[in-house]
Amino acid sequence: MSPFQLFIEYSVLGIAAGGVYALIALGIIVIFKASHMFNFAMGEMMMLSAYFFYAASVTFAFGPAIGLAIALAGSVAVALLIERVAIRPMLGRPFIAVVMVTFGVGSILRGVVGMIWGPNEMQIPAILARTPVFLGDIFVPGRTARAFAIATTIVVALIVYLRYSRAGVALRAAAADTVTAYSMGIDVRKVVAFSWVIAAITGCISGILMANVNTLTPHLGLVALNVLSVVILGGLASIGGVLVAGFIIGWLEAITVLFLPTEYREITPYILVLLVLLFRPNGLFGKPVVERI
Amino acid sequence: MSVATSDLSDRTRTAENMLRIRVGILLLGLLVLPFVAPGYWIFFAGLLGINIIATQGLNIMMGYTGLLSLVHAAFVGVGAYTVAVMQARFDAPFWVTIPSAGILAAVIGLGFGLPSLRIRGLYLVIATLAAQFILHFVFVHWESVTKGDLGMTVAPASVFGFLLNTEVRVYYLILFFVIISTIFARNVINSRVGRAFIAIRERDLTAQVLGVEIVRYKFIAFALGSMYAGVAGGLLAYFNRYVNPEQFSLFLSVFFLAAVIVGGMGSILGAILGAAFMTILPEVLRGVALMIGGGFGFDLGTILTPLRETVFGILMVAFLVLEPRGLAELWNRFARRWAGKAKPSSH
Amino acid sequence: MLRVDNVQLSFGGVRALSGVSVYAAPAKITSVIGPNGAGKTSLFNVISGFYQPQAGKVVLDGEDISRLKPHARAYRGMSRTFQNIALFHGMTVLDNIKLGAHTNLKSGVLAATLRLPSTRREEAELDTVVRRDIVPVLDLAHVQDSRVEDLPYGLQKRVELARALVMRPKVLLLDEPVAGMNREEKREMARFVARVNREFGTTVLLIEHDMSMVMSISDHVYVISFGRPVAEGTPDEVRSNPKVIEAYLGGADDAPLSVA
Repeated sequence: MSPFQLFIEYSVLGIAAGGVYALIALGIIVIFKASHMFNFAMGEMMMLSAYFFYAASVTFAFGPAIGLAIALAGSVAVALLIERVAIRPMLGRPFIAVVMVTFGVGSILRGVVGMIWGPNEMQIPAILARTPVFLGDIFVPGRTARAFAIATTIVVALIVYLRYSRAGVALRAAAADTVTAYSMGIDVRKVVAFSWVIAAITGCISGILMANVNTLTPHLGLVALNVLSVVILGGLASIGGVLVAGFIIGWLEAITVLFLPTEYREITPYILVLLVLLFRPNGLFGKPVVERI
Repeated sequence: MSVATSDLSDRTRTAENMLRIRVGILLLGLLVLPFVAPGYWIFFAGLLGINIIATQGLNIMMGYTGLLSLVHAAFVGVGAYTVAVMQARFDAPFWVTIPSAGILAAVIGLGFGLPSLRIRGLYLVIATLAAQFILHFVFVHWESVTKGDLGMTVAPASVFGFLLNTEVRVYYLILFFVIISTIFARNVINSRVGRAFIAIRERDLTAQVLGVEIVRYKFIAFALGSMYAGVAGGLLAYFNRYVNPEQFSLFLSVFFLAAVIVGGMGSILGAILGAAFMTILPEVLRGVALMIGGGFGFDLGTILTPLRETVFGILMVAFLVLEPRGLAELWNRFARRWAGKAKPSSH
Repeated sequence: MLRVDNVQLSFGGVRALSGVSVYAAPAKITSVIGPNGAGKTSLFNVISGFYQPQAGKVVLDGEDISRLKPHARAYRGMSRTFQNIALFHGMTVLDNIKLGAHTNLKSGVLAATLRLPSTRREEAELDTVVRRDIVPVLDLAHVQDSRVEDLPYGLQKRVELARALVMRPKVLLLDEPVAGMNREEKREMARFVARVNREFGTTVLLIEHDMSMVMSISDHVYVISFGRPVAEGTPDEVRSNPKVIEAYLGGADDAPLSVA
């Protein structure tokens, strides 16, 4: 295979991964928009959802469709619980304190899953067909292609939903100016809970997708750290930018695999984050935020 | 007015003398500890001392200045590897390697800090997270220097040819550093520099109008905290006599994070209490895991790590939500009530 | 002492200040008043250095400080309080006040860590100065060792004022010093501001939208509205100026607070 073909193939793989990254990033961004809070437990929420799916569809043999429904319900329930018990009491507390709470929550989720299911890799039922997809001459593994398709569709759907629906408008209003939102009758607490519900849904789906493409382990949540660069590059509070940012980061990650020795694969996401922080801390279109004092 | 002032300074002088006496007794107790306590305790005390130093550093960064850092474990690693490598290559003695460990950790801290301390706090957290993984990667893959996963053995420290090759001897070395690091921390906090740190944590803008150059002092706090981590790491190398990358993972960073939170952010006593609590905790958990494991037939090995993670998480969330001033606050409350009962009412 | 020349400030398309000029004479109390949203806080933020105006300059004691960062302006003798209480929790009143001395002290990290004799001396001197000179003027002796978060609002505001004075500023900027206070507290605060001006000779520039407090202690008053200057003069001149009354839409019936 010519180097050019290899490059294209890796590029495609990267962009495909980027679609899923965008979905994960969306969950983080929606919560940030609603409550100015960065949810470092996103990865663990994804992971928990995937385990719910496994438990429902395999252990209790409900099959993938009902398994998905149960996983979604469970994820939303857990997300609302986290919001109520760990996040809401922290209202008004300094930013780093709230961030640390999400670390704690992430730790708890990881530990509980590890205790119940153990550290070993598990296979979840294949909800994505394996038949490869061919773009001309280019081979794309079936699961990756389908994961990309599903993830991107949902991201676009959510972007449209959040832009035009009442709930979405309320979210943006509360994000822009909490006081004014209140005075317009928007219950900001409900908006915050709503953002956690969205995050739970995106987390659940991306978690199951990732578990399908890779395997199911308690460390599945680590992929959320890859997504940090996507969140920042997309411009923390911008929902529209997240897809493009996802593609860019996914692509960059895949391309660097071509040029760097294989062991560097694991830290490419972190080098990317540092680069984004260095060169584009305000997102792709880099408008520095003017803080009103 | 003059009567009240001298009355006040009398009271503060007696309070200070009381504090000095208590600290003196504590120091005495720590010095004779090895002669009265079982060997296992001394091992613990050594480990505790190292954790105290590292937690003090993170407390200066996080508790006082408000800089959340997840790279602390990696800086401890930098310190440990500095000692191991300097000893292996130059046969350097501990009074060269340990300060070097601190300095190198501080320098690397500044290196990462340069891009990240100018931007919002959230980005600093993310940058330190990235730094933690990158440094860990370096520990594993820079095999020519660190021997990678194989790890490096460390010969005992020596004082004028006197080998510190028993737990008791290393304990005194660690105790020395714990004492001076606590004194230094206290000095910094009670000075103009320490007040600037607190100002930055609380209100950026006010700090600026009072003349505090935010970025500069953030650098200072970060470098200082990293230096403490480096020293702790160096001592860890002499304590374990073995250095390997696994010792310095994100898990350890979260450990120190929990120690600062549980102990009480922004309190020197808090750093000590938090470190103590978190050092003893794994032992307690091991006992619990034994009981649970035995009772339900789980494999002890696989349940211990996730159990620890769960408990760390619960502690962090619980203390942050319920008692953000941590164990230090509980301690002070208890001490006040006890003092109130002991003295007849002097009001 | 402090001169603000013809400042123009815009955010995106919004004009916050259009050609505002203010002069705070040495050892006098100068006030800038205007209805809410008039641009007073923006003006202060320009003077402090948080906002860079599109045009105009800020001159302190003859020196053009327009390009200086906020912390550097503190070193030139500019001190400021904020509208919201900006005291530091977890510190006592005394420690909060001492923080105002940051620009006076010199100890760096090394000196501080090792507690060199120079540091010890500095700290002792600071302690004496604060207890002897600052605390009595603001009647804070009875609470000097309390935690700031335990104090009532009015006292907290006074602690903030004390902190702003420690550096013996050339000019003291007070941002709505009586916001959120009842009538009694306002009278007290006005009394303390006047006292500070009298005893230390500090040049004071304050912004307020409460007319009564301002009128009772100011030597000179500027009125701005919608980012534009409306009038200036002595309190009496301003009070009877029809343009001012119009800007406030009938706010002239606030009787001035009498300050002994």
